[in-house]
Amino acid sequence: MSGVYLFAALILLATVTAGLVRIFIGRARVERLLALQLFGTTAVAIVLLLAEGLKQPVLRDLALVLGLLASTISIAYVRYGDLTPETDHTSSDQ
Amino acid sequence: MIYITGWFFIAIGVVFFLMGTLALIRFPDLFTRLHALTKADNLGLGMIAAGLALHSGSFTAGIKLLLIWLLIMLASASVSHLIARTARNVRHGKEYNA
Repeated sequence: MSGVYLFAALILLATVTAGLVRIFIGRARVERLLALQLFGTTAVAIVLLLAEGLKQPVLRDLALVLGLLASTISIAYVRYGDLTPETDHTSSDQ
Repeated sequence: MIYITGWFFIAIGVVFFLMGTLALIRFPDLFTRLHALTKADNLGLGMIAAGLALHSGSFTAGIKLLLIWLLIMLASASVSHLIARTARNVRHGKEYNA
């Protein structure tokens, strides 16, 4: 029965792979950041499914940390990263 | 019966993630993608967490899954607002081809 959990995790992994297409063909940096945010949530779901499928309840804590870090990456990138087009990069304090 | 309901929730959650990825690839511009993405995030993870909570069979595990979902929802909403505001500022300041 636990194989079904792993199969669901595999499907989610396939969606992450499909989402990489968006990062590859995206024209603006914000689009790639959007895909990154979806990957963070998908990773949390995958780890939660693995926690049930592999009978490892510790993985739930890992999912918690993973979700926290994924949002932190996006916030840091929005605040301090370079999201503007290359020609519009005028601020000097980065 | 509880088991079947749990599988049902998990299946719906996986479908939500599939739809979110499809929308990420197919939708025309950033704001529609953002709209679809937040639904996929919150509801997909919520459905999977609900299904797993039904399967886990213990109260503390269910509460932990609920808290994980709430944290992800809070973070996802904040990040979506930040991304949308940044994209709007970039578009208004300069041409933004998305």
